[in-house]
Amino acid sequence: MNRYPLWKNLLIGLVLLWGLIYTLPNFYGEVPAVQVSSGKATLKLDATTAIKRVEESLAAAGIQHDGLFADLTSVRARFRDTDTQLKAKDAIEKAFNPDAADPSYVVALNLLSASPQWLTNIHALPMYLGLDLRGGVHFLLQVDMKGAVTKRLDATTGDLRTLLRDKNVRHAGISREGASVVVKFRDAETQARARSVIGAVNNDLQLVEGQDGADFKLTATLTPLAQKTIQEFALRQNIGTLHNRINELGVAEPVIQQQGLDRIVVQLPGVQDVAKAKDILGRTATLEIRLVDDSPGSLESALQGNIPPGTELYSERGGNPLLVKKQVVLTGERLTDAQPGFDGQNHEPAVHLTLDAAGARIFKDITRENINKRMAILLIEKGKGEVVTAPVIRSEIGGGRVQISGRMSSEEATDTALLLRAGSLAAPMEIIEERTIGPSLGAENITKGFHSTMWGFIAIAIFMCAYYMLFGLVSVIALASNLLLLVALLSLLQATLTLPGIAAIALTLGMAIDANVLINERIREELRNGSSPQAAIATGYDRAFDTILDSNVTTLIAGIALLVFGSGPVRGFAVVHCLGILTSMFSAILVSRGLVNLIYGKKRKLEKLAIGQVWKPGL
Amino acid sequence: MEFFRIHKDIPFMKHALVFNVISLVTFLLAVFFLATKGLHFSVEFTGGTLMEVSYAEAPALEKLRDALAKEGYQDAQVQNFGSSRDVLIRLPNREGMETGKVSEKVMASLSALEGGKPELRRVEFVGPQVGKELASDGAMALLLVIGGIVVYLAMRFEWRFAVSAIIANLHDVIIILGFFALFQWEFSLPVLAATLAVLGYSVNESVVVFDRVRETFKKKRGLTTPQVLDHAITSTISRTIITHGSTQIMVLSMLLFGGETLYYFALALTIGICFGIYSSVLVASPLVMWLGVSREQFIQPKKEKQEAVV
Repeated sequence: MNRYPLWKNLLIGLVLLWGLIYTLPNFYGEVPAVQVSSGKATLKLDATTAIKRVEESLAAAGIQHDGLFADLTSVRARFRDTDTQLKAKDAIEKAFNPDAADPSYVVALNLLSASPQWLTNIHALPMYLGLDLRGGVHFLLQVDMKGAVTKRLDATTGDLRTLLRDKNVRHAGISREGASVVVKFRDAETQARARSVIGAVNNDLQLVEGQDGADFKLTATLTPLAQKTIQEFALRQNIGTLHNRINELGVAEPVIQQQGLDRIVVQLPGVQDVAKAKDILGRTATLEIRLVDDSPGSLESALQGNIPPGTELYSERGGNPLLVKKQVVLTGERLTDAQPGFDGQNHEPAVHLTLDAAGARIFKDITRENINKRMAILLIEKGKGEVVTAPVIRSEIGGGRVQISGRMSSEEATDTALLLRAGSLAAPMEIIEERTIGPSLGAENITKGFHSTMWGFIAIAIFMCAYYMLFGLVSVIALASNLLLLVALLSLLQATLTLPGIAAIALTLGMAIDANVLINERIREELRNGSSPQAAIATGYDRAFDTILDSNVTTLIAGIALLVFGSGPVRGFAVVHCLGILTSMFSAILVSRGLVNLIYGKKRKLEKLAIGQVWKPGL
Repeated sequence: MEFFRIHKDIPFMKHALVFNVISLVTFLLAVFFLATKGLHFSVEFTGGTLMEVSYAEAPALEKLRDALAKEGYQDAQVQNFGSSRDVLIRLPNREGMETGKVSEKVMASLSALEGGKPELRRVEFVGPQVGKELASDGAMALLLVIGGIVVYLAMRFEWRFAVSAIIANLHDVIIILGFFALFQWEFSLPVLAATLAVLGYSVNESVVVFDRVRETFKKKRGLTTPQVLDHAITSTISRTIITHGSTQIMVLSMLLFGGETLYYFALALTIGICFGIYSSVLVASPLVMWLGVSREQFIQPKKEKQEAVV
């Protein structure tokens, strides 16, 4: 009766093997590496050519690497030791950034897992260490959603003014009042006309008629849907902008995530210079539209070093030189949106820009006066400009809707739209939480967490073996397999391990032994009551099961509550705690029973169990 | 080895009143300390800036305080942390202060001081809006735990068990908080996590005893309710002590090796475990008895035949 069918033994074996494989990467530690990623918003890293360039530059410098890896945004090379890593960094830096004053790529030092390739191929990766274990900066940014909505309303105010003027509707003043735009009229007739005019063009607005003394009013507020769209857009754009800016910090693995409806978490492992990080997060890049100087001969003379006054020399994305006038026609503040799409007539990929009312007026004038000339759209970052695109003006463009098309793939269109949007933050942000952990403290935290788990485990193991003999050993093995499975699961989920997470591992182990104590005590009790050893094992496990289930469910309820309502360190604790309860159910019941069955299951005449002394009353 | 050699059921229920009076007194004391002294909340809850800096040689704290006061941070708390070379600085949030920049300014003024250069170990800055949310989230988590456990126990056992378990264990939570108030230990997020974990953990303790109570009611006839409870507690006492001992070994290990960050976490767990044993055995069981648990509630009622009225 104390035998598991073969499939059950196999299943337990397989699960443990799986646990072992996925735990393995954590033991290999990390090796020094160099990471190359794009340093400019306008530059996309192409993995295959970048890998080749890295390989060539390393070969030229005579440096051996331990493997090259590429993902969507970066290329990484592993090295044997930090000396080689530093040498390699210099070599790669030279190859990728010939002009040190204007680096196009970010070459950063990084650490990579040293686990063998086959483990990486099956997605067995080491646990992701939290900032409190590896050191770095954590920011929580609050996006000012009210600011985003206000910005939009200000733009709407201008739009409405232009619209009413175009349609010859006479109003007595337009102004933004709080979260609404108020348009005043002299009579009810104009009010009604304005209403139909606005309603026909703009369906983001909710219009309410009113009267204020002698004046007739039309109050426009954004519909809830429009507000939601604006907020989502603002958050997305801010995250995108942050990505671009953080890229230039050269952080190996930054985390930029949305948290809740209006917050963004930024984690920069390894960054110590908080001041610089904050400066970069808060900086605004700007977009500028300028005219291109196409007068014959001027580009040639500029290339020879005689730049005509009032112009600047830039290069296009393709590398062609371009002479751009210094006078700024429009800035990015006038741009309300940029989306990739297709040309309405020939279905070529295009970028659709939307300008606000004032911007539209300026744009209309400029395009009328400069037909068949080129204009350049520049992204100014760190005081340096970069030409995003330089299209030819075909006709006068009014209405504030601009389309850039021609010689563009749809991917390029998407990138350009992103770039044009990425220039500025859609809504102001404020740092509401900051945590900086020095690297030495991080390393200390790992050691402390590891030591407390290890010594606790050893002490429990000694006690269990002494008190329950063989059954104690079985319990300890079950506990060890619990630890194995828990670490494997955390590695598989790539959950972030923090110091409270390590504490949760320790605590979970301390609590998980409860199930085995329950079982062992039950078996002893059955023996005390005179059951045969085999029957004692069977009933011991069966009876203990209900209790184990009940007690684990109640603990799990507390864990889930922490998971739902916890944030930061509490969440890290809760994730591990909940997973640990689940793995402990498996190991305490199935693994330990499987072992006991293997040891005792085949013995028909079993006289005694090695479960320690069983004291019987009355003897 | 066998630690527990108990001949007869220990008559716990005879002294039930005494245990409950002790509990009540401890509970009231805890409430008293909470009310008069209040909890010493960490920067995560109150908002503010917390900095840990370390020096090569022990610095004079007075000097640091003066330097900070000159910068306009008169309300800065400066104290040693762990060793005399490590210094902890706390700065509350104030209206009109550019909160995000505090840490840089403080570091600049500390670096300008004569003597050793400080090394920045850790900065925590929490804006005022975050702290409030944490407090309300904590309260919500507590409510969810209480609700979840009561519902589960009422389903698996009986409402009497659910109510007594939750009363007994909430009393543990209050006592932990009472300790933190009395000694003015720092109440941080990990401590909150530990407190809620204790709640789940000690309910688990009550569950084990209740499980036995149910079993004894079903199996042994002719025992009075107090006798059943005594029997259940006596037969699980060995397991209770050994389990809690094992968990405590782990917690003790954290207390000794875990460093400052885990210290209060482990401390909260230690208090929770000690009072957890006491309350789930000696408080929850009498409560169940007084709420009127009886054998009939666990035996499937026989369907009575309806007699036809002629």
